[in-house]
Amino acid sequence: MAIKTEPITINMGPQHPSTHGVFRLRVTFDGEVVVDVEPVFGYLHRGTEKLAEERTYVQIVTLTDRLDYTASMSNNLAYVRSVEKLGGIEVPERAQYLRVICAELQRIASHFVSIGFMLQELGAFGTPLMYCFRERERILDLFEMLCGARITLSYMRPGGLIQDAPEDFWPALGILMESMPEYIDDLEGLVTSNEIVLARTRDVGIISPELAVNGSVTGPMLRASGVQWDLRKANPYEVYDRLEFDVPIGYQGDTYDRYLVRVQEMRESVRIIEQCIKQIPGGAIQSEAPFFVRPPVGDVYDAIEAPKGELGFYLVSDGGISPYRCKIRAPSFINLTVLRDMLVGWKLADLVVIFGSTDVVLGEVDR
Amino acid sequence: MYGLGMVRGMGVTFKNLVLPSRQFAVQYPNRKISLFELAKENDTDVVSFAINNPVQAIKALAGFVEVPVRLPQHSRFRGEEFTWYEQRCTGCASCAKFCPLGIIKIVTDTSGKYEQDGGKYDIEVFDIDIGRCMFCGLCVQACPYDALHMGSGFEEGVYRRDDLVIDVERLKAAPKKPSTWYRPQIESQNFDPQSDDMREYLDVGRHERPSQDQQVDRWAKR
Amino acid sequence: MSFDQLYDLLDRFVPESIDWMVFTVTALILSLAVINAMVLCTALYTWFERRMLGRFQSRIGPNRWGPFGLLQPIADVIKLLVKEDVIPVVADRAVFTLAPVVLLVPALMVFIVIPFGEQSFLGKLNVGVLFILGVTGVNTLAIIMGGWASRNKYALFGAMRGAAMLISYEVPMALSLIGVIILAGSISLVDIVSSQGIFYILVQPLAFLVFMAAASAEMSRAPFDMIESESELGAGYHTEYSGIKYAIFQLAEFMAPLVTAAVATVVFLGGTKGIDPIPGQVWFLLKAFSVVFVLLWVRATWPRLRVDQIMGFAWKGLFPLSVINFFVVAVELFVLQEPDGTITNQSMMIMTGINWVVMVVSIVLIATVLGQGKLQHKLPPQPSSLANMAASEGD
Ligand code: SF4
Ligand code: SF4
Repeated sequence: MAIKTEPITINMGPQHPSTHGVFRLRVTFDGEVVVDVEPVFGYLHRGTEKLAEERTYVQIVTLTDRLDYTASMSNNLAYVRSVEKLGGIEVPERAQYLRVICAELQRIASHFVSIGFMLQELGAFGTPLMYCFRERERILDLFEMLCGARITLSYMRPGGLIQDAPEDFWPALGILMESMPEYIDDLEGLVTSNEIVLARTRDVGIISPELAVNGSVTGPMLRASGVQWDLRKANPYEVYDRLEFDVPIGYQGDTYDRYLVRVQEMRESVRIIEQCIKQIPGGAIQSEAPFFVRPPVGDVYDAIEAPKGELGFYLVSDGGISPYRCKIRAPSFINLTVLRDMLVGWKLADLVVIFGSTDVVLGEVDR
Repeated sequence: MYGLGMVRGMGVTFKNLVLPSRQFAVQYPNRKISLFELAKENDTDVVSFAINNPVQAIKALAGFVEVPVRLPQHSRFRGEEFTWYEQRCTGCASCAKFCPLGIIKIVTDTSGKYEQDGGKYDIEVFDIDIGRCMFCGLCVQACPYDALHMGSGFEEGVYRRDDLVIDVERLKAAPKKPSTWYRPQIESQNFDPQSDDMREYLDVGRHERPSQDQQVDRWAKR
Repeated sequence: MSFDQLYDLLDRFVPESIDWMVFTVTALILSLAVINAMVLCTALYTWFERRMLGRFQSRIGPNRWGPFGLLQPIADVIKLLVKEDVIPVVADRAVFTLAPVVLLVPALMVFIVIPFGEQSFLGKLNVGVLFILGVTGVNTLAIIMGGWASRNKYALFGAMRGAAMLISYEVPMALSLIGVIILAGSISLVDIVSSQGIFYILVQPLAFLVFMAAASAEMSRAPFDMIESESELGAGYHTEYSGIKYAIFQLAEFMAPLVTAAVATVVFLGGTKGIDPIPGQVWFLLKAFSVVFVLLWVRATWPRLRVDQIMGFAWKGLFPLSVINFFVVAVELFVLQEPDGTITNQSMMIMTGINWVVMVVSIVLIATVLGQGKLQHKLPPQPSSLANMAASEGD
């Protein structure tokens, strides 16, 4: 005799411990199994794109800090690159190297956050999260040396950087880069070969390469599916063409692969930074760009490989001191396109882990 | 495999449990210190300290002795409580204009009260609403006369929003401990805002102050 | 002081006719003492757990209130007591209120049969192991009551998971104890302690592992803490609880490791046995403490399993392992025992050797059958042809 059952609908979020902020998922369960998911977002909408229309080009830098607040440096970089392309502003070489160092440090920090929270959602009682945050803290200390802030950095300006790195930055960076592989080893020892993690994440929430490409997924999520696509290699910006690094890819796009790709990317980032320390030339860090940048009429799109994926800024200039339109291609938001395909058919416990492995930051999703 | 990965993970946590170098948390704003540290701070050894101040020693053993902690911060730290030099400020209001949030309010007065000091304008109002400030530092970057600097503190909690508006009196009275952010001239003096010394207005300029002769020269050869 | 001593003491002062009253009073005094001692121990344990977890995680843990934060549990309790005790309007009030009590009472009841010394309250109970298994089975009921009565979907999820899991894990837990019972030839805890010439953890490592796994599931701790998995369900079955009811839930929950540690100490670690100058009670505490520490260590390290994996682990992993264990022990006992049914230390030694080998072999076997080998890839990943950076560089 078939038992009569009824699906349960649950609102996960906006106040739920594992929704990374204020994200709401309306999930329909059949027992423990997810049968339908409807994401609802907008709880953190601050109108960044509209605000940008009434700020000067330099003032918008402070807005970009607040998009993906775990990776402010990358947001700064993506934005100032668009402005430079729009206004035809040259950037001195030293500034380019420093920008790459900052962006890669930020990538490590951001991946630490994402891995830490994913493991928190796997139920490891805070330990990997605390370890990840401990290492991230060291990177934030470096950022404090560079620009006096830890999260909302506003370090970059169209035409270069606000200020050269202080003397004590370089030895500190060297020490951190020396010890970073050891920290990553620690994290891997805790997670990578742990059978529970493997059982929970292998073959869970698979995105096929076709689905990933069709859903315009970017970043580690795309590479975990085996698609070797990295803007740093495919369309080298700044000085990435002079640096040697690999683009790690995953096997089949499951949750574990997304974790592995992030860990390997952190190792690659360490490699990149070490090369940058060796190669960085002296000189100015800021070209003579005016405070009020007045780019010629026109529009431009430029994107970088942010920790979460392709972060692009589309700017339209009407020749004034502020953009006519500023559109942000936020990787977290677009990576959520495939959320439903990943989640349906898995269990409640998998839902939070898969969602954690997509590494969304709500500041960027809602903008 | 076969559970060995899980055992390895336990090794990692144990390593973090026992290695003192892996302990990262700092206690703030007060730190509990042990008897040993307490004796060290008083420049004696444990035994003689315990004999001399038995009460303190017992307290320390029971974990009741606290010392205040200052978190280490870089001299570039962009903190609250802006440092502002009235002698340098011309009232040009560049800072107010560059602030993305428009939270600096400046009213200047041309009554000539300050003419004997060589200044033309008197700054009547200089309000910064740090309750809305995001410490981006654009105002500091904009100031052409190096009159405004970021501060170095961050313990500015108050009970009312109105108290967060820093007015001109408070700015004048505040200890002059500018952050070295975007002020390479102070940084090159190895100034640390966390230390006790302060910087007077003559020290914080981006350029040497031109002497009288130089000024005359410049204007004569114009 | 044992029950008998106290009973005799009180009996001297009252007339013969109200003997039953003396019995009741004695029992009440003793239970009061046990409950208070246990609650205090639990309070101390919460402090220890939080400090230790903090240390594991490079944090500091509570250290503000009292010396080294020792008074933190008291502060917590005061805070919880003065909080509003919310009962949801739609909740089933009676069941909702009863659930915390139902969870707490079994945990306390287990303690009366633990032989802390040569003669403790009810340590001599001749069905000790059965009593423990029976009494701890009640907490399933409490969890269902709590989850069902609060009319919260998350709570219901937690309760349903709890019901399934707790009942499943009763089986391997009981089966793992059977090996011990066969060897000791008794189900009285005192007899089990006295029969341990060599501690049973050495003689039956497999049983110990199974028991610990099943016990951590029974008290829903990592890696089996899916009943209240905070990242999935908020707080699971006690989502709606607040104030003193929540405090009682927490009390019961934090008491569970102590119960487990006590039972494991008695059954596998030789209870109060130890090297002589140090009294048995100290040995008991030391052993229980190390069990608690291991539980804590596991909690600090491992993530949580999924629902179906937890159930699968019970039925496909622990169940066969415990069956193998008691089967092997039974055969060994049949072969090695003396004609009068006792067993010498020498034969125990032999059993120990065999059992360790059996443990390794059976774990590897079961893990292979369950497909552990598939978990790691051998070859490097192959890039998909969909986006190829080499191609884009070419044109
Ligand atoms: S720091 Fe930024 S927000 Fe604050 S007053 Fe200066 S410009 Fe405005
Ligand atoms: S602080 Fe600087 S920018 Fe602001 S009014 Fe004074 S001189 Fe002008």
